[in-house]
Amino acid sequence: MRSLIDILELDVTEIKELIDKANDIIANPVKYSEKCRGKKLATLFFEPSTRTRLSFEAAMYELGGNVLGFSEAQSSSAAKGESIADTAKTTSCYADIIAMRHPKEGAPLVAAMNASIPVINAGDGGHNHPTQTLTDLLTIQREKGRLNNLTVGFCGDLKFGRTVHSLINALSRYENIKFVLVSPEELKLPSYVKETLKKNNLEYVQTTDLDSVMPELDILYMTRVQRERFFNEEDYLRLKDSYILRPERLNTAKADLAIMHPLPRVNEISVEIDSDPRACYFKQVLNGKYIRMALILKLLEVE
Amino acid sequence: MKIDSIKNGIVIDHITAGKAMKIYNLLGLDELNCSVALIKNVSSSKMGKKDIIKIDTDFHVDLDILGYVDPGATVNIIQNEEMVAKKKLELPEKLTNVIKCKNPRCITSTEQELPQIFKLTDKEKKVYRCMYCETAAKE
Ligand SMILES: [Zn+2]
Repeated sequence: MRSLIDILELDVTEIKELIDKANDIIANPVKYSEKCRGKKLATLFFEPSTRTRLSFEAAMYELGGNVLGFSEAQSSSAAKGESIADTAKTTSCYADIIAMRHPKEGAPLVAAMNASIPVINAGDGGHNHPTQTLTDLLTIQREKGRLNNLTVGFCGDLKFGRTVHSLINALSRYENIKFVLVSPEELKLPSYVKETLKKNNLEYVQTTDLDSVMPELDILYMTRVQRERFFNEEDYLRLKDSYILRPERLNTAKADLAIMHPLPRVNEISVEIDSDPRACYFKQVLNGKYIRMALILKLLEVE
Repeated sequence: MKIDSIKNGIVIDHITAGKAMKIYNLLGLDELNCSVALIKNVSSSKMGKKDIIKIDTDFHVDLDILGYVDPGATVNIIQNEEMVAKKKLELPEKLTNVIKCKNPRCITSTEQELPQIFKLTDKEKKVYRCMYCETAAKE
C-alpha cells in the first residue's frame, strides 16, 4: 500500500508508466470503464476546491467506481474537532482510497501515516499538489511528444506559485531542460528552488521581460499575478500588464509553442488566445482527469 | 575554582562557550538528583573558551539532541574515576521533539499532539526541515 504526497516520491520510470497508462485510457476509455467496480474513493476536502474535487470524482466514476466525502471542513467531523489521524483511520473503514485537500501543510502526510488505504494529496495549502504536476507532465508529453530537450518558460508569480516549484522540481530530472523564469523582481523564484537547479547543473535564465524570451520557448507556463502579493497598489498596477498574455505578444513565438496555465485564470491570458491552437490550458483540465484515473489504478494496484 | 572529579558519570567537554545552559535544559539535566556541575568559560588551548558539564551519575545522554545543538562537543564516560569511552558527535538524521516548527500554516500548528519531526536535508549547511511542511528550522 502506498500513497502520493509529494511528486518526488515518484521516480521518472513511474511517471512514465502513469503517462503511458493515461494515454492508453484516452485511446481506449471503454477498456477501463469497469476497472474500479465496487471500489470507493473518499474525497476529504477540508477546503473547497471544486475543480480538483470534480476531477477526482469524474476520474473515479469513469473507472466504474463510487465516490463519497465532503467538500468543506464545516460539513465534516473536523468541525467537531476530530484529528486528521482519526479521520484517516475511520475513512479507511469505508473507502478504498482517499483524496485529501487541506489548508494546512503536511495534513495529507499525517493522513497517510494513519490510514490503512492509499492517500493522494489533492493540495495541502501552498505546499504540494502532486496531481497538478502529473497533469502538467502529461500535457507536456502529449503536446511535445517528450519530456526532455525543452525550453520551458514560467511567467508571473514564481515566488508563491507552488505549481511552478513542483513542476520545476519534477522537470529537473529530465535531460536538457532549459528554464526561462519571467517575473517581476518582487515575485522571483525563491532561492531554495534555484539551489535545486544549480545542484543539478541545469541551465536557467531570469528576466522581467517576456517579449525578449518569447521566440526561444517550447512551453510557456503562465501563472496569476495576485494583487495581494504586492505591498502597494501602484506596484501592482505598474507590473500586472507586463505579465498578461495578449495575442500580439505571440507574434514572435514558435508555431508549436504550448501555452499552459493551472487555472483558474483571472485576466493573465486574454480570452482571444483560447482559440489559438497553441492554447493548451483546457486540454490540461481534461488531462488532469486521465492522469488521476491512471494514478488511482496504480495506487489501488488494479491491472 | 575547583570541581571534584567524578567517580561514575559523564563529562560533556568542548561545548561551545555559552551553550552549556541550553544543553542542560534540552537534555533534561534539571530533573537529575545527583550533582551536576556546569562550568562556563573554561580556557581551552584549542577553542579559546569552552563550557563543560559534569554529571555525577551514569546518565543516558541523548546524542541526537547534543549533536544537533553542538556537534563539536565530546562525551566522556567515566567509570571508577577513569575515562572508559569517548564519543564523537554527528548531526542526527532525524530530530523528534527537539525543535518546533514555526510555520503557522503547518499542520503541527493546529494538531499539537503530533510529534515535531525534523529531517536533516543539507549536512554541509546544517539544514533541518519539518517533515510535514518542509520549512527549514531556524536556530
Ligand atoms: Zn512544519
